[in-house]
Amino acid sequence: MIRLEKRAQPSKVWTYATPLLAVVLTMLAGGLLFAALGKDPVLAIRTIFYEPLFGQHASFYLPQLLVKAAPLVLIAIGLSLGFRAGIWNIGAEGQYIIGALCGAGVGLAFYPTESVLIFPLMVIAGGLGGWAWAMIPAILKTRFGTNEILVSLMLVYVAEKLLIGMSLGLMKNPEGFGFPGSRNLAHYPSATSWIDQSLGLHWGVAAALIAVIAAYILLTRHMLGFNIRLAGQAPRAARFSGVNPNRLVVFCLGTSGALAGLAGLFEVAGPTGSVTDSFNVGYGFTAIIVAFLGRLHPVGILLAALLMSLTYIGGGIAQSQSELQLPAAAIQLFQGMLLFFLLATDLLTNYRLRLTRGATA
Amino acid sequence: MDLSAINPVLLLASLMVAATPILLGGIGELVVEKSGVLNLGVEGMMITGAIAGFAATIETGSPALGFLIAAVAGAALSMLFALLTQYALANQVASGLALTLFGLGLSSLMGQGYVGLKPPSTPKLDIPLLSDIPFLGPVLFQHDPMVYIGIAIVAATWATLKYSRVGLVLRAVGENHDAAHALGYKVRLVRCAAIGFGGAMAGLGGAYLSLVRVPQWTEGMTAGAGWIALALVVFASWKPWRVMVGAYLFGGITVLQLNLQAAGVKIPVEYLSMSPYIITIIVLVIMSSGRGKAALGAPASMGRIFHATG
Repeated sequence: MIRLEKRAQPSKVWTYATPLLAVVLTMLAGGLLFAALGKDPVLAIRTIFYEPLFGQHASFYLPQLLVKAAPLVLIAIGLSLGFRAGIWNIGAEGQYIIGALCGAGVGLAFYPTESVLIFPLMVIAGGLGGWAWAMIPAILKTRFGTNEILVSLMLVYVAEKLLIGMSLGLMKNPEGFGFPGSRNLAHYPSATSWIDQSLGLHWGVAAALIAVIAAYILLTRHMLGFNIRLAGQAPRAARFSGVNPNRLVVFCLGTSGALAGLAGLFEVAGPTGSVTDSFNVGYGFTAIIVAFLGRLHPVGILLAALLMSLTYIGGGIAQSQSELQLPAAAIQLFQGMLLFFLLATDLLTNYRLRLTRGATA
Repeated sequence: MDLSAINPVLLLASLMVAATPILLGGIGELVVEKSGVLNLGVEGMMITGAIAGFAATIETGSPALGFLIAAVAGAALSMLFALLTQYALANQVASGLALTLFGLGLSSLMGQGYVGLKPPSTPKLDIPLLSDIPFLGPVLFQHDPMVYIGIAIVAATWATLKYSRVGLVLRAVGENHDAAHALGYKVRLVRCAAIGFGGAMAGLGGAYLSLVRVPQWTEGMTAGAGWIALALVVFASWKPWRVMVGAYLFGGITVLQLNLQAAGVKIPVEYLSMSPYIITIIVLVIMSSGRGKAALGAPASMGRIFHATG
């Protein structure tokens, strides 16, 4: 018989070890999955995790790593604040879309004027757009006690429809020969978020790094960060110490919305370039995995986002490589498995396994 | 715009079809939540059921077998959630999200060979006499069996929860798991059974989408139906019959919206198709604003981790 014994304190060692253990277990289970699909498991794992970093085309893939990790970091940092306080924003995908639409809208409105002010204005619009979209569940929660999980998620679908409507209607490129989608912002010098495309650097990468540092300072050095952690770990104690739960909801949802909005803006003004109906690829949902894998810690999130970005790129290679042709869905499943294993192995952080002989009372 | 193109008989008849997937998903989740567990993975189980049922029907040619396989697939997936939350004591919100993400990936992997195929049609019941009644016949009595099975499941759930010992134990576990444990009830076992039931129902609902409602397989075809089912439980204040009322309400909105699209209303399709989601939000707000009225019906132990120390 195995008995579980709750630890007085979460184990320090296991806090760091479980994400690694989860990654290893996911690789093993993923290998089995790939083998079941009739693919060479060793080659598949090697292609996903080794090829982009050290393979012969690594210089091409490494910049991609930054491009894919940046939105994940931005969104996951925001989500982690709320998750710590028990406030579940799972509609980041919607806030990401709205941020992109607002930012791109400003950029497109100024086309073809050239000015250094356009991009900053777009950044502000993107952040505000995401913030406003997240304020809907925040206000409904604080004012009426409506569940923020369901509201923020419903708004993802609304945002997706709005995106389709915009790319077919208001934002459609007038010179696009009738094809859906807006003008390409990456080709509009005043509006592009690229700093250096060959290095994979755009303003979103810079913003992601700033967000990591800011979140670290907030959580370790600031009273608000302490209150967020307190509200999550001991809601009663937080209430007695005068933490206003409503303000916390507004702050956490607002911040995560603004960050997701920024991520959307940087993406639409750079890597994607234009507003199309297939603009969003699920970063808002993958960021949930990133936030948990990074243990809701800013530095952990940075590392987790890089790892997740690696699976995207490696998965892409495995998809196109002739001897593998791994389906794209296999990578999605792989990422889902990672979260499963992480949640399962987390048991070791909070509980001690004790072997007991025979039946115990 | 030509509103006279909307046929009220067809509208009401398709309402019952549109409502069935969320009705099934909702009633399953109601039982899960009544046992004190919040499973946010309905969407993932639903879409897995959709592809499992679809694939099984294509391979065997029997929709009945397809529905059965879908229920099994949904229940099997829900067991992963049960393992995580009941035995590994993981956070239920995070585990539910994981289940949804996993289910979406799994379904699109399983569905690769099935895009664009057409499933054999599910036979419609043709009840003599009843289905010949002028207006009510086509509206109420000319559907496929799953519509009625759905209603029967709601009735059975209501009766079980209200009048049977099993229902009493389930509710006790959901209201206060420590007390239920002290009385000697197997909290984990009861909850695992409830989670399995929820998974099977979500699987059925998903299969209904891919086999009857659409009927086709496309990636991500549930499009939030699982989440609407979750909202439905809140709307229903955890009462089975109200889940049905809610499901028909949502079904009605979906169908009306589709009919307005077909009638050529001067609103672009994209904006009209937002309406089910926006209505869901509005309904959630109304339900939760009445001074904790919704909270009153919520099982007291919902979402809390149970760890027996004794």
